[in-house]
Amino acid sequence: MTAFLTGAPGVLRGHPRSGVREPVLFTLLLTALTATVFLGFVSVAPNRLLSGRPVPLWVAAGTGYCGALAAIVGPLVPLCFAPPRQRWAVLTVGLAASWLVATLAALGAAAQALAAGAGPAARVSAGAAFWIMAGCSAFALADGLRRLRAGPVAAAAVALVLGGAIGALAARGTFATLSVVQEYSSRQALFAAALTRHIALVAGAVGLGLVIGLPLGLGASRRPRLQGPLFALLNLLQTVPSIALFGLLIWPLAALARAAPRLAAWGIGGIGPAPAVIALVLYALLPIVRNTVAGLSGVDPAVVDAARGVGLTRAQIFRRVELPLSLPILIAGLRIVIVQTIGLAVVAALIGAGGLGTFVFEGLGQDALDLVLLGALPAIALALAADLGLRAMAALLPQRADR
Amino acid sequence: MPVRRVLADPLMWVGLLFAGLLLGMNEFRPVLRWAFPQTVPVIYDRASFPMLFLAHLALVATASAAAATVGVALAVFVTRPAGAPFRVTVGTLVAIGQTFPPVAVLAIAVPLIGFGARPTIIALFLYGLLPIVENGIAGLEGVPADVREAADGMGLSAVQRLFAVELPLAASVILAGIRISVTIAIGTAAIGSTVGALSLGTPIFDGLVADNLPFVIEGAVLVALFAIVTDMGFARLDRRLRRHAVAG
Amino acid sequence: MIELDHITKRYDGRAVVDDLSLSVAEGEFCILLGPSGCGKSTMLRIINRLVVADAGTVRIAGEETTALRPEILRRRIGYAIQSTGLFPHWTVADNVATVPRLLKWPPKRVAARVDELLELLRLEPRLYRNKYQHQLSGGEKQRVGVARALAADPELLLMDEPFGAVDPVTRDALQAELLRIHRATRKTIIFVTHDVDEALRLASSIAIMDKGRVVQHAAPLELLQRPATGFVADFVGRQGLGLKLLAVRRVAERARDDETAPGQPVPLEASLRDALSAMTERGTDRLPVADAAGRRVGVIALADLVR
Repeated sequence: MTAFLTGAPGVLRGHPRSGVREPVLFTLLLTALTATVFLGFVSVAPNRLLSGRPVPLWVAAGTGYCGALAAIVGPLVPLCFAPPRQRWAVLTVGLAASWLVATLAALGAAAQALAAGAGPAARVSAGAAFWIMAGCSAFALADGLRRLRAGPVAAAAVALVLGGAIGALAARGTFATLSVVQEYSSRQALFAAALTRHIALVAGAVGLGLVIGLPLGLGASRRPRLQGPLFALLNLLQTVPSIALFGLLIWPLAALARAAPRLAAWGIGGIGPAPAVIALVLYALLPIVRNTVAGLSGVDPAVVDAARGVGLTRAQIFRRVELPLSLPILIAGLRIVIVQTIGLAVVAALIGAGGLGTFVFEGLGQDALDLVLLGALPAIALALAADLGLRAMAALLPQRADR
Repeated sequence: MPVRRVLADPLMWVGLLFAGLLLGMNEFRPVLRWAFPQTVPVIYDRASFPMLFLAHLALVATASAAAATVGVALAVFVTRPAGAPFRVTVGTLVAIGQTFPPVAVLAIAVPLIGFGARPTIIALFLYGLLPIVENGIAGLEGVPADVREAADGMGLSAVQRLFAVELPLAASVILAGIRISVTIAIGTAAIGSTVGALSLGTPIFDGLVADNLPFVIEGAVLVALFAIVTDMGFARLDRRLRRHAVAG
Repeated sequence: MIELDHITKRYDGRAVVDDLSLSVAEGEFCILLGPSGCGKSTMLRIINRLVVADAGTVRIAGEETTALRPEILRRRIGYAIQSTGLFPHWTVADNVATVPRLLKWPPKRVAARVDELLELLRLEPRLYRNKYQHQLSGGEKQRVGVARALAADPELLLMDEPFGAVDPVTRDALQAELLRIHRATRKTIIFVTHDVDEALRLASSIAIMDKGRVVQHAAPLELLQRPATGFVADFVGRQGLGLKLLAVRRVAERARDDETAPGQPVPLEASLRDALSAMTERGTDRLPVADAAGRRVGVIALADLVR
C-alpha cells in the first residue's frame, strides 16, 4: 500500500512480500466460494416454460462430487501463499484444469440426479454458481499458464486436452439430462444444418472479403494517396450497425432480384444468405485492408532495397520478401475478421440467413434460455476456437521463417 | 467559427439530415407510397421516431456512461502498484471477452434478467467495458516513463499525478476506446428491440416480422445515421483533445 | 547541508548502492561521476525518495528525509532529468509553474516567478510562455526543465545527466548557464554525469563512484593531483580527451584581464595544459598571466581551463 500512496515506481519490487502472493488466484477462489455458498449451482424447472428454482451445489451434486471438488480446490488455497516457483505454477495449472473438468462433471451428475427425482417434463439447467465456478477455474488456468510464460501454442495444446476430456465426458452421456443438451437432442438435424450454415456464411464472407480486400490493401499500400478516402469509406461502413446494414440491403437486393430473375434463381434476393454475405463482406473489408496496408508498409524499406539490389523482380520481392514479413499482421487481421464475422453472422438470422442466430432469436421469442444457449454457446465456442487457433498459428510463424 | 467553415462541416450536415429525418419522416409518405404500393402503412406509427431515438439514446448513454466510469477505474486500478498483479488477468479477460459476439451476450442476459431495457443496458454495459478497459490500460501504460518520473520528482502525489498528468495524456486513447464501445452499444441496442427494449431498431424488427419493408428502411436509415453522427462527434472531440497533447 | 549516511540499495540481491556515505556542504556544486551502472542515478533518486533505500539515512539540513511525506520533500527539492519529462499537454509556463502551484502560491506570484525564471534561463517569456514542448528544440526543453526544477526556489537541486542528450554546442551553452545560475544563487546542486570534462568544468567537488560506493570525494584539482585509487586515475585519465584539448588551447583564450594573483606568471602563449600542470605543481587554482613583454595582464583560474 505504501507504493500506492507514494506513487514511487519500483517500491514494491525487490521486496519480499508477505501474505497473499498470488492475489489473482486468491480472488478467483474467493469468488467461486462465495458464488457456491450463495447461488444455485443448477436450476430446476418443472417444465420448459416455467422458470427454475436454484439448487446449491451440495444438494445437487452429492457428497462424491463435492468431496472431489474440495480435494481439487483445497490445495489451491495454500498455493495462493506459495513463493513464485515454476513447480507451484505447474501444479496450479494441473489443479485448475482438473477443477474445470470436475465442475462440468458435477453439473452433469447434478442434472442426472435431479432429473431422476423430478417429473418427465422437468428441466435442469446450469445455474449462476456453475457459470461463475467454470469461469473462475478457466481464469485460474489462464493465470497459471501466464506464470509459466506459456505462449498461445501451449495454451492451444491445453485447450485441446481439455476439449478432449470434456468430449469424453459428453460421449459417456454425462450431460445428457442437461436441458440445453435436451434441446440439442430434439433438434440434432436442425443444429447440424445451422452450424454448417453458420460456418458457410463465415467462410463465404471471409473468403470473398479476402478476394476483394487483399488487392485493395495492396493497391492502397502502393498508392498512399488512396488510403484517406478508402479508409474513410470503410470506417463509415464499419460504423453502421449490422442490423441497419442488413436492413438497408434488403430493398436494393429485392429490386435487383425482381429486375433480373436469373439472379433470383441463384439465391440473390432481399432476404436469405445473399444479403447477409454481402453485409458480412462489407464489414470484413476494413480489418483486411487495414492490416494488409499496415503489414506491407511495415516492411523495412531497406530490406526491399536490398532485395532489389540482389536482382529480385517486383513479383519475387512481393512473394519472397514482403508477403512473409507482413504475414504476422495479415494473420492478426484474419483473426479479427473471422471472430467479428462469427458474431455478426448471428444477427444475420434476423434476415433469414439461417445459422446459429436462428436458435438465439427463436429462443428469445419463446423466452427459452436453453434454446438461446444452443445458439449462443456454439457461436462463442467457434469464436474462441478461431481466436486461439489463429493466435497459435501466428506464434508458430517466426520459427518457420527462421528455418 | 466563420460561416464558411460551418457550411463545410460534414458533422453539421449529417446531423441536420438525422434530425430532419427523425422529425419529418412523414414528408416521405408520398414517395414510399409510390415505391411500395402494396404496403400499408408506409410510415412506422407504433411510436414516434423522436421518442424511439430518445429511448435508444437513453439505453446507450446509461450503459456507456457506466461502462466508461467502471472501465477507466478498472484500467487505473490495474496500472497502480496495488493492482499490478491483476494486470495480465484483466488483459486476458478483456481479450477473451471481446471474442464473444455482442448479440450472444445480449441474448444470454435476457433470460437471466428478464425482458425489456434492463438486460439490454446490462449487456451493453458488460460488453462496452471491454474496449474501454483495453484502451484505458494501453493509454495509461503509454504515458512516457520520464513524464511519470518528472511528476513524482516534482512532488505530485499519486492522485495528483493520475489526474493532472496520466489521465490527460491517456485521454485520446481512452476516448478511442469509448468511441468503439459506444458504436457497438448503438448497434447492440438496436438489436435490443428483439428483447423488448425500445430503440430505433424496433421499426426494423417489427418490419421484418410484419414483412413491411418501409419500416425496415426507416429504422435502418435512422440507426445508421445515429451511429455515424455519434462517430463523427467522437472524431471531432478527438481532434480537439489531440490539439496539444502530443505525447512523447 | 546534506549528509548521506551508510546507504544501501539492493535490486534482486545485488547492491546497486553499497553502504555509501557522502556529505555535501551548503552552496556546493557536487558532481556524482562514474561509469554507467555505478549506482549514481539510484543514489540521486534515493535523496528525493523516488527510490527507497534498504538501509541508511539521508539528512538535509540536519533533518532526516523520512520525517516528511515524500511529496512534501520533493516539492522542496528541484529535480531535472536527461529526458526532461516536460508534461506535453501543458505550456512552458504551466510546466515551470508546477511546484509553485502545488505549494498553492497566489497566481500573480506564480506568473511573476515563471517570467523571472524564463528570463534567467534566457527564454524570452513573451515568446516561450505559451509554447508546448513539441514546439521546442532539445536545448530549449532542457532550459525549461531546469527552470521548472528551480521554480519554487528549492534549497537543493538534483540533476540527472541533464545535458546528456543535447548536442555539444548546446551543452556548452547550458553548462555556462548553469554555472552562472549557481554563482548567482549559491544553491546546493548534486549533479550526476559520466562525462569527466563536464564534471571538471562544473564541479566544486566531485564524488567518483564505482560499484555503488564513493571511491573519492574531493575538489577537482585534488582529484587530478592525487587520485585515491587506480580506478580514479584510470577513469579520469581514460577519458583523456579533455586534457588533450587543453594542450591545444592557449592561455590567452581564457585569461581574465581584470584580476591579479601572486606568484610566477604563465605566458599568454602557454597552453592551458601547461597552466594546469603549473597549478597542479604549485597546489594553487589561480595563476597570474603575463604577456610577451613580461607585463602582468591578468589571471587564469582552474575553472577557466574547463570553461
